[in-house]
Amino acid sequence: MDKFKSMLTKPWMSYLVALLAMGGAALTVSVVPRSLFAFLFFIGSVLLVYYLPLSTKAKLFFVLIGTLVLMPIIGSFNLYYMNVATQVGIYVALALGLNIVVGFAGLLDLGYVAFYATGAYIYAIFASDQAGNFIHFAKFPLAGEWFWVFLPLSLLAAGITGILLGLPALRLRGDYLAIVTLGFGEIIRIIFNNLDKPVNITNGPKGITPIQPPALFGFTLNKPIYYYFIVMGIVFFVIFVTRRLEHSRIGRAWAAIREDEVAARAMGIPLLRTKLMAFAIGASFAGMMGVVFAAKQTFIDPSSFTFMESIGVLAMVILGGMGSIPGAIVGATAVVMLQSQVLKSFSEFLAQLRDSGILNIPTQLEPAKFERLVFGLILVVMMIFRPQGLIPAKRREMELLEEKADRPAKGEES
Amino acid sequence: MEQFWSMLPQVVIDGLTLGFVYAVVALGYTMVYGILEFINFAHSEIFMFGAFVGAETLLFLQSAGVLNTMPALLALLVALIVGAVLSGFLGVAIERVAYRPLRNVGKLVPLISAIGVSFILQDVVRLVEGLWHNAFYVNYPTLFSQNLHLTKNVNVPVKTLIVIVTALGMMVALTAFVQKSRMGKALRAVAQDPTTASLMGVNVNGVISLTFFIGPALGGAAGVLFGMQYSLIHPYIGFILGLKAFTAAVFGGIGNIPGAMVGGVLLGLFETLGSAYLGMATGGVVGAEYKDVFAFVILIAVLIFKPSGLLGEVVRDKV
Repeated sequence: MDKFKSMLTKPWMSYLVALLAMGGAALTVSVVPRSLFAFLFFIGSVLLVYYLPLSTKAKLFFVLIGTLVLMPIIGSFNLYYMNVATQVGIYVALALGLNIVVGFAGLLDLGYVAFYATGAYIYAIFASDQAGNFIHFAKFPLAGEWFWVFLPLSLLAAGITGILLGLPALRLRGDYLAIVTLGFGEIIRIIFNNLDKPVNITNGPKGITPIQPPALFGFTLNKPIYYYFIVMGIVFFVIFVTRRLEHSRIGRAWAAIREDEVAARAMGIPLLRTKLMAFAIGASFAGMMGVVFAAKQTFIDPSSFTFMESIGVLAMVILGGMGSIPGAIVGATAVVMLQSQVLKSFSEFLAQLRDSGILNIPTQLEPAKFERLVFGLILVVMMIFRPQGLIPAKRREMELLEEKADRPAKGEES
Repeated sequence: MEQFWSMLPQVVIDGLTLGFVYAVVALGYTMVYGILEFINFAHSEIFMFGAFVGAETLLFLQSAGVLNTMPALLALLVALIVGAVLSGFLGVAIERVAYRPLRNVGKLVPLISAIGVSFILQDVVRLVEGLWHNAFYVNYPTLFSQNLHLTKNVNVPVKTLIVIVTALGMMVALTAFVQKSRMGKALRAVAQDPTTASLMGVNVNGVISLTFFIGPALGGAAGVLFGMQYSLIHPYIGFILGLKAFTAAVFGGIGNIPGAMVGGVLLGLFETLGSAYLGMATGGVVGAEYKDVFAFVILIAVLIFKPSGLLGEVVRDKV
């Protein structure tokens, strides 16, 4: 990468490379329908622009053109890419949120999806007739315009949930935190699953449907392209906030806590408050995305918010690199593609083989049902061979390599 | 109120059975934590693996036609030993591959690796069972079908008694091993201070491997007992049960072997009592469907109010 960078001696060369990459990617995506690689090429070109020696403004320009102009145009005549991009966008925001907790502050949160569920349920209950079961002075479902109110509202609600959970949990040692958050994630799911009595709030395992799509000035936004723009808007908001946080006072405090809690404390960093901040901010991103998820799906039930979902987001962060913003984006893209595209098409391929009688594989061995194995392998292999992730954060990489170097020689014990 | 008293003996027996299973699984968590300060997240899947090995052993005996002719106790013993030994070796192998290379890289990294291992195990067992039986739900062959009638409405299945007695036996054996034997002494030394122990000539890596054999072996044996008691097993039985067993270990004071036993039995009792009487106490508003929440609430409460657990000592973080 550096070698390549040094070849770009003049600024116009960088612009040319960026133009070529973005243009080429856009062309490929628009020519090839439903291709995984074309989509990856597109994401790759955005990433390339990120690494080019250009001014921030120029980079921003290229990225905005790519995501807000090219992609919607391509997507409007090829819905496949639009849906994949929206899906990826949702998980990018989730991964960035979890990245603050796991990557920046070094706290392992295994119940992250609970906050996502909180946001989704808050919107779903009020944007369907569910709320009518316990609130009688207003008419439900609320109009689609309320979507915009619920975005910040659920951001706040999820943040507060994060603080309430964090207050007891963050006093504990790090490894207990993982288990407590895991337990909390399960509790939330069980509660949503059973809160159809005595008062029917969540409609239990049957789930809530239909949920109002968002609307703006009486105009209903229920087409994929509108969701794409909403998701992108949130993703840019989240990226902006995360970038600003990373090197801020609080961001440096997180890094200090992550590296050495005792030393950080000695330097006067209030441990609980700083950790709570990470927890609440990460949670609030998930809460906000939950609203979009509920609106986009128009149906939610507790089975969308299982432990697997939390582990999936964790796998994205780990794969991309803990504490790395571009890493979280790449990780989210890779895992979503793997989950919703690669495994599925592999299953379809095997099903074809079965139908044509070439190979007889029982349906329960379909690769699409082996997500756990894939996530598990990602986690173990990354931890052993590349704990800093695919696109490491500079500081985090140094930390991890330093720890490795400090390790005593084989056979000795610390 | 009358219903309360008439249900009580049965509920207590069920609770004890569940509690003893928790306790044996909790031992695995607590032993590893005591030595490495590391939550062996994959332990719950080792438990599940043990349950499957036991089932396969019994099914093998059944297909060989000897299961009905041999004494049921002997069949159980064979299943227990095969399940325990294979689980033990699996534990050692996991430690060697996924934990040892990460031993000094902070706490987050090995924990994430352990979570990964646990997912891999779930799906590998599912894959193997799927290939083998074309189904990944397995039913345990019935070994003990007799019932002991204690009173009019208290029935104790013989298998339940056997679960309790076997679990007790394993706990006694483990305690004797840790307290009396030479290896047990080494184990306690490493738990106290690995560096000093190694200076005293203790083979620390050997002790860690031994811990990763004994803990998982107990977990695997608990899996066999679980399968015999509740008969239906699948690759995902470990997850919730493992969490509860971990709760039990924390409840009793993590790192403390008697604590894990006490914690497990108490948690099993609380959970069964809770799910039996909660509905009655709240008029059906909150019922047995919240029994999993119950265990987590205990976990969170213990961690907040008495993080050292019932029998654990207060340990300060080493600087």
